[in-house]
Amino acid sequence: MTITVRALLGACAVTALGCAVSAETITVATVNNGDMIRMQGLMEDFNAKHPDITVEWVTLEENVLRQKVTTDIATKGGQFDVLTIGTYEVPIWGKQGWLLSLNDLPAEWDAADLLPAIAGGLTVDGNLYAAPFYGESSMVMYRTDLMEKAGLTMPEAPTWADIKAAAAAMTDKDNEIYGICLRGKAGWGENMAFLTAMSNSFGAKWFDEAWTPQFDQQPWKDTLAFYLDLMTNYGPPGASNNGFNENLALFQSGKCGMWIDATVAASFVTGKDSTVAEHVGFALAPDNGLGKRGNWLWAWSLAIPAGTQKEAAAKTFVAWATSKEYLALVAAKEGWANVPPGTRASLYANPEYQTVPFAKMTLDSINSADPTHPTVDPVPYVGVQFVAIPEFQGLGTAVGQQLSAALAGTMTADEALAAAQALTVTEMTKAGYIK
Amino acid sequence: MARKTTQTRKALTTVAAWSIGFLIFFPILWTVLMSFHSEGDAIKGPFAMLASPWTFESYGEVQHRSNYALHFWNSVVISFGSTLAALVIAIPAAWAMAFVPGRRTKDLLMWMLSTKMMPSVGVLIPMYLMFRDFGLLDTRSGLVAVLTLINLPIVVWMLYTYFKEIPGEILEAARMDGASLRSEILHVLTPMAVPGIASTVLLNVILAWNEAFWTLQLTTSDAAPLTQFIASYSSPEGLFYAKLSAASTMAIAPILILGWFSQKQLVRGLTFGAVK
Repeated sequence: MTITVRALLGACAVTALGCAVSAETITVATVNNGDMIRMQGLMEDFNAKHPDITVEWVTLEENVLRQKVTTDIATKGGQFDVLTIGTYEVPIWGKQGWLLSLNDLPAEWDAADLLPAIAGGLTVDGNLYAAPFYGESSMVMYRTDLMEKAGLTMPEAPTWADIKAAAAAMTDKDNEIYGICLRGKAGWGENMAFLTAMSNSFGAKWFDEAWTPQFDQQPWKDTLAFYLDLMTNYGPPGASNNGFNENLALFQSGKCGMWIDATVAASFVTGKDSTVAEHVGFALAPDNGLGKRGNWLWAWSLAIPAGTQKEAAAKTFVAWATSKEYLALVAAKEGWANVPPGTRASLYANPEYQTVPFAKMTLDSINSADPTHPTVDPVPYVGVQFVAIPEFQGLGTAVGQQLSAALAGTMTADEALAAAQALTVTEMTKAGYIK
Repeated sequence: MARKTTQTRKALTTVAAWSIGFLIFFPILWTVLMSFHSEGDAIKGPFAMLASPWTFESYGEVQHRSNYALHFWNSVVISFGSTLAALVIAIPAAWAMAFVPGRRTKDLLMWMLSTKMMPSVGVLIPMYLMFRDFGLLDTRSGLVAVLTLINLPIVVWMLYTYFKEIPGEILEAARMDGASLRSEILHVLTPMAVPGIASTVLLNVILAWNEAFWTLQLTTSDAAPLTQFIASYSSPEGLFYAKLSAASTMAIAPILILGWFSQKQLVRGLTFGAVK
C-alpha cells in the first residue's frame, strides 16, 4: 500500500514537473508587418526545435504597440517577454536600463555577421539591446519604361537635380501619371521621416550642437522649397494625405514615375499585386554633392524587457527569429525575395539572394546611412530620420503638421518653417535642452 | 395651398432626414463594402473599387490569423458584466437620489459626471500599477471592474432621470402596504422603470463594447476583446484596408444587430426620461 501511494505521489510529481516545464509561455508583442506575420506562419519550425516553449502573439498597430509597450516597460508590468521595437526606441530604452543586453546570445547566432550600420543603431555603450529582424533604408524606385520613353537614364547614385529632371520628363497629368510620389501625411514616422532624411542631403539639421532648433536656417528653407516645387509640379493631387501605403498603391497601379521610400517596398512593387512589376528600377536616394544622401535607416528588432521572468525562453526565441537559419527557412518556404532583408552580411554574400533585383541597392542604401553622423555638420544627436530623444515623437509630429500644411497650401513654406521653429524652441526649452 | 406647403415641407424634411441618416451611416457602409474587395482594389477610388470583383478573401485571412471567438467572448463578458455590475450599484443609488434627495444630491450628481471629463490617459500609470499589483492585467474581471466604474456616472444619471418620472406616491403606497425597502425597489420601482433600465443597459453595453482605451491598455491576449482584434489589422508598411474593414465588420456586427432589434426599446427609453 505504502509503495503504491509513493508511486502515485511520484507519478504526480513527475506529471506536475512535466506540466511546469511544458508551460513556459512567452508573449511576443509585434507590429502588423508582412515579415512579422510571415514569421507567425513559420512557427512550426520553432515549436519542433523548442517544444518546451509556447509563443503567444500580440499583434498591434504601431502607435498602439508603442504606447502600450512603453507603459508596460516603464511600470515593469511584465505583460510581454519579447518586444518588437524600432531603431528610435532602442538607444533611449537601452540607456534607461529597460532592456536586457543580448551580448550573451549563443556564439552560433553570430553577432559579427550583423550589418554594422544596423547593429550600431541598436547598441548602447557596447551592449546590443535588440536583435534586428529586418532592416531598411530608403531608395529611389522608378519606372524603367517611362524613363526610356522620356529618353533618360537613371544614374545609380542620382542627384536631386537628376530627380527633378526625371520627374518633369515623366509627368503626364492628362493620363494620371505623376513624375514623383513622396510622403506628405503628417507624422514623425511619415512625412518627417522622409523630410528629415532629405534635409540631411541639403546640409540641414534639427539642432545645432547647443540644441538650438535650426528650422530658421537656409538649408531647411532650401529643402522645403525643393520638396514643395517637386510635389506641386510633378506630384499627385492630395499628396498631403499620402503616406507609405497610399504611395504604394499609386505606384503599384502605374501612377507614379518615381517613388522614394523604404527599401522594403521593393518586394511589393515587384510583387504579384503590382501592375508595373516588370518595369521597376532602383537607385540610391539622391544627394546634393554635400557628402550625405537623403536616405534613412531603420530596423524592426526584437528586444527583451528587463522585467521579464522568462529570460532564457525569450532569448531562445529571439536567437531563432533573427538567425541565419530563419532566413534560410523563409527562403525555402517562401522564396528569397521574401526573406527579411537588411540585417546580415551573409545574406548579401549568398549568390542566390544576389539574384533578387533589389538586393544590392538595399545593401548599398543601408551602408550609406550613418546614424551617428546623420548630416553634413556635427550634431548632438543620433538618428538619420529621427532624433533619438524621448521628446521627438511629439515634436516630429507637430513639425510634420506644419510642413504637411505647406504642401496642402494652407500655409506658405516660410510660415510653416517659422511655426516649426517656434514650437520646437518652446518644447526644447520646456524639456530643459535650451537653458 | 396650405396643404401643399405642408406636404412640400414634409417631403423636404424626409429627404433631409434620410440624407443625414445616410451620411452618418456611410462610414459603416463603406467599411462593409471595402471588406469584400482585395487589398489592391480597396485602396482604389470609390468607383474603381465598386467595379472590381467581390471576394471573401479578407474574411478568410482574418479568420485564419485571429481567434475571433475568443475576442468576441471577451467582449460579451466585459460589456455585459460591467453593465450588470453597474446596474447593481446604480439602481439603489439612483433610487436614493430620486426619492430621498439630500441637500447635496445635485452637487453629487454633477461631481459624478465631472469624473467623465478627465482624460483617461491621465490615470493610466496609477491604474496600470494597481492592476499589476493586484494581478489584474489581462483579466476579464479587471476590465469588468474598470468599465463598471467608468460608465457608472452615466448609468446613475440615466436611471436617476427615469426614476424622477415615477410618482413617489406609488412607492409611498407600497410602503404603507408593508413593502420593505428591498421589495419596494425590486417589485415596485424596477418593473415600472423597465423601459428606462432597458435603454440604460443597451447604451451601456454599446459604450463598453466600443471602449478602446482601457481595453487596449490593460489586456494582451487572454482577456483581449474585439477592440484589440481590430487594432491588430492596421499596418504602417503594407496594404491593410480590406483586412481591417473585414475585422471591423466582424467586430461591430453583433452590436449593430443588437441595436437593430432593440431600437424600439432604445428610442422609447431615451424619450422616457429627462434625456428627451
